[in-house]
Amino acid sequence: MRRAHLDRLEAESIDIFREAAAESERPVLLYSIGKDSSVLLHLARKAFYPSLPPFPLLHVDTTWKFREMIVFRDATARNMGMELIVHRNPECVAAGINPFDHGSATHTDLWKTQGLRQAMEEHRFDLAFGGARRDEEASRAKERVFSFRNAGHRWDARHQRPELWRLYNARTGPGESIRVFPLSNWTELDVWYYIERERIPIVPLYFAAERPVVERDGVLIMVDDDRMPLDAGEEPQLRTVRFRTLGCYPLTGAVCSDATTVPEIIAEMRATTTSERHGRVIDHDRAGSMERKKQEGYF
Amino acid sequence: MTASTPAAARTRRQHHTDELRFLTCGSVDDGKSTLIGRLLYESKLLPSDHLAALEADSRRAGTRGGELDFALLVDGLAAEREQGITIDVAYRFFATERRRFVVADTPGHEQYTRNMVTGASNAEAAVVLLDARTGVLTQTRRHARLLALLGIRHVALAVNKLDLVGYSRSVFEKISGQFREFAAGIGLDDVTCIPTSAVHGDNVTARSDATPWYGGPTLLGWLESVEPAAASGGPARFLVQWVNRPEPGFRGYSGQVVRGRLRRGDRVRVAPGNIEATVGRIVTMDGDLDEATRGMATTVMLDDDVDVSRGDVLAAAGDPVDTATAFQAHLVWLDEREMLPGRQYLAKLGASTVGLTVETPKYRVDVDSGNHLPARTLRRDEIAVANVHLDTEVAYEPYRTASELGSFIVLDRLGNATAGAGMIDFALRRSATVRWQSVTVDKNARSARNGHRPCVVWFTGLSGAGKSTIADLVEKALHAQGRHTFLLDGDNVRHGLNKDLGFTDADRVENIRRIGEVAALMVDAGLIVLASFISPFRQERALARGLVEPGEFCEVHVDAPLEHVERRDPKGLYARARRGELANFTGIDSPYEPPERPEIRLDTTALTAEQAAEEVLARLRETGVLRGS
Repeated sequence: MRRAHLDRLEAESIDIFREAAAESERPVLLYSIGKDSSVLLHLARKAFYPSLPPFPLLHVDTTWKFREMIVFRDATARNMGMELIVHRNPECVAAGINPFDHGSATHTDLWKTQGLRQAMEEHRFDLAFGGARRDEEASRAKERVFSFRNAGHRWDARHQRPELWRLYNARTGPGESIRVFPLSNWTELDVWYYIERERIPIVPLYFAAERPVVERDGVLIMVDDDRMPLDAGEEPQLRTVRFRTLGCYPLTGAVCSDATTVPEIIAEMRATTTSERHGRVIDHDRAGSMERKKQEGYF
Repeated sequence: MTASTPAAARTRRQHHTDELRFLTCGSVDDGKSTLIGRLLYESKLLPSDHLAALEADSRRAGTRGGELDFALLVDGLAAEREQGITIDVAYRFFATERRRFVVADTPGHEQYTRNMVTGASNAEAAVVLLDARTGVLTQTRRHARLLALLGIRHVALAVNKLDLVGYSRSVFEKISGQFREFAAGIGLDDVTCIPTSAVHGDNVTARSDATPWYGGPTLLGWLESVEPAAASGGPARFLVQWVNRPEPGFRGYSGQVVRGRLRRGDRVRVAPGNIEATVGRIVTMDGDLDEATRGMATTVMLDDDVDVSRGDVLAAAGDPVDTATAFQAHLVWLDEREMLPGRQYLAKLGASTVGLTVETPKYRVDVDSGNHLPARTLRRDEIAVANVHLDTEVAYEPYRTASELGSFIVLDRLGNATAGAGMIDFALRRSATVRWQSVTVDKNARSARNGHRPCVVWFTGLSGAGKSTIADLVEKALHAQGRHTFLLDGDNVRHGLNKDLGFTDADRVENIRRIGEVAALMVDAGLIVLASFISPFRQERALARGLVEPGEFCEVHVDAPLEHVERRDPKGLYARARRGELANFTGIDSPYEPPERPEIRLDTTALTAEQAAEEVLARLRETGVLRGS
């Protein structure tokens, strides 16, 4: 079945990419390796074809990503012929920040929020593309497509620039920046339909396979390497699982699933009754936690 | 995970093929959040964890006595929940088996015009809510007027809370009749009225037993059947966003078909300009196309070697697009800082960003009554009709014909805020017929004879800071050296050229605009112009600077603190302003924006007038304005 709404979403995203690239000095694509980033990158290539997208990829690494994500990241950048910048917050590297000793909130804030701010400033990027969607979370429903950040990288929900028609305002002063979300109007299901239709490569972790997991507070955590401290008597079990979202492996819950193809994932999606961020530990820390993180500069 | 029965139902619902973007307007009191929450809930797409959160929140809020409070699904931000209000425009998504929907939810009270216009600018249909107990109110008419202004063609009126009037047919029909009559009068002709109760779900997604007398569609049924805008009517218009040059042999124009359809082999005219070319290829990553229709993002190659840039429009040669630099437009003001006629703004139209000034509005539109009111400026949430002028010719179409080429946003030059939104009514042709007269004896010729370069020395500062005194000393010294000078002074100019202007912000902008133009003419005449004006706003000083060539403008900040000048008060003006006898007095009840990077800053608490004048003269020597002295 031809899905006309996917054509419309695709054209809208391409339009956004072109406007943003044409109106900024130093754009960058925040590449987080997940399925949304894969779609984002695919749309960026379409927007500028036959040229390469006129910006590099930036991965704000935490050193705690799934190993398969890193392999996929490096292969993708190589295959696309695009420059990849990997930023690891040097203070976190030095202090050995990790989710076990420092808690998920501190871990995420220091590696990702502060790390992104460092990378934006170090490379003097004035515009960053991200894969966030408005359907993900309540505070994102009010986010603009072109979201202005002040020189302190903060998002001010009460003073957002009005956004009319397709006339985006990408203008910034010194130190200020714009976050651009070409997937604003996509839903999780749209992303999967599009991956299926366009045959977009994604990290194999999205597909079901036998993986070593432990169950903690009802969440299945994959033991991706030997840095994960196990409780006395805790033994990783091999179970057939997959991931709906990807992040730091100790903070990402797996779901039991037999879906090994994109159509099977879509069938499962239609039947599923939990939202995708459910498996993310960071969102549950405190009520309104995403809103607070966004104000502080999180993507 | 295996498919259960509700999951199978959901599977059927997901075979949507197209999309409708719509807007909801009404206040929280009309039950708007509840209605949207119910649409989301009834379309069975709420994830179970969102539902569990809703149940917990409903219990905690206690607003619905233990029942689900759908409004809590929609009021997202912590700041909103705490204050019980809805901020700004929120976008929600749901789907049925026929269609996918994007809902723009706009609050009904605070900054309603700004938010509604923003939401409506990308909507194809609108749902207006009202409370059956109160009927058509001023607010309802306001919403309808804004929808008509933005060109929304399909409108549903949800006569909500019908349960609270006993599902009365006569109440529904009376309200529907009133609204239809009003809507027809303002040009909304496709109106569907639906009796609803969002709290109980009547006629939202399923027909209600309580309204057996109603034979029309449910709200969801209406949303599923609305026809979005006509697909590809009208002549071809392709908006160029990005020049695509991956290698020397390839030059393409990446952009979007905003009207009509573009075919390979079509003759197109590049606007602005008068060049024609033939469409050679329509390139996409999925392969070349024979044609591209409205809304498609592609890359076009032309057979002929022509120069095309971002912002240009490729238009069907047989029906080319018009270009102009001046328009009558409807303006909606969005910024806290009021619109001042004559101030230099930027406009983004299509893919062009150009300079823009607005004339004094012809009238302001009262959205509550529809009346035309006089206006000199424009405040946030106000709407006006005004002539606007661009500094560059652009391709356009009237907003009613093609909103993609007839809409623009107004940008503040200093803070980069999105300050206003505009819709083009028609072009003004006058400016196109007035051509700049070129002359043989020019500025360089005069400068060579005078023995000095022309320039503007612009003295700015508070009243009483010493501007006129210093300017007068500078002029005397220059005159003694045989230089050609002229001193423009605030008080003197207001006796003649600007005697029609007062001291409001708008008049101050116009005052400086005229002086800037006069100073620029005098620079052309080869003079050293000494301009002594309070000129409190950075933007207008920047305007005056922009009217002459780089290096011909010397901004002098005659700097003295307010306490100091107020104590000095040579003309007794501060005392009068403090007594309330002078309104809009700079420093007292009107702001002064000090220069950020003036060429010269003179601290008149530390310098004598003579020392200050000597600093200015030294600067003119250093920068080469004065030769041979």
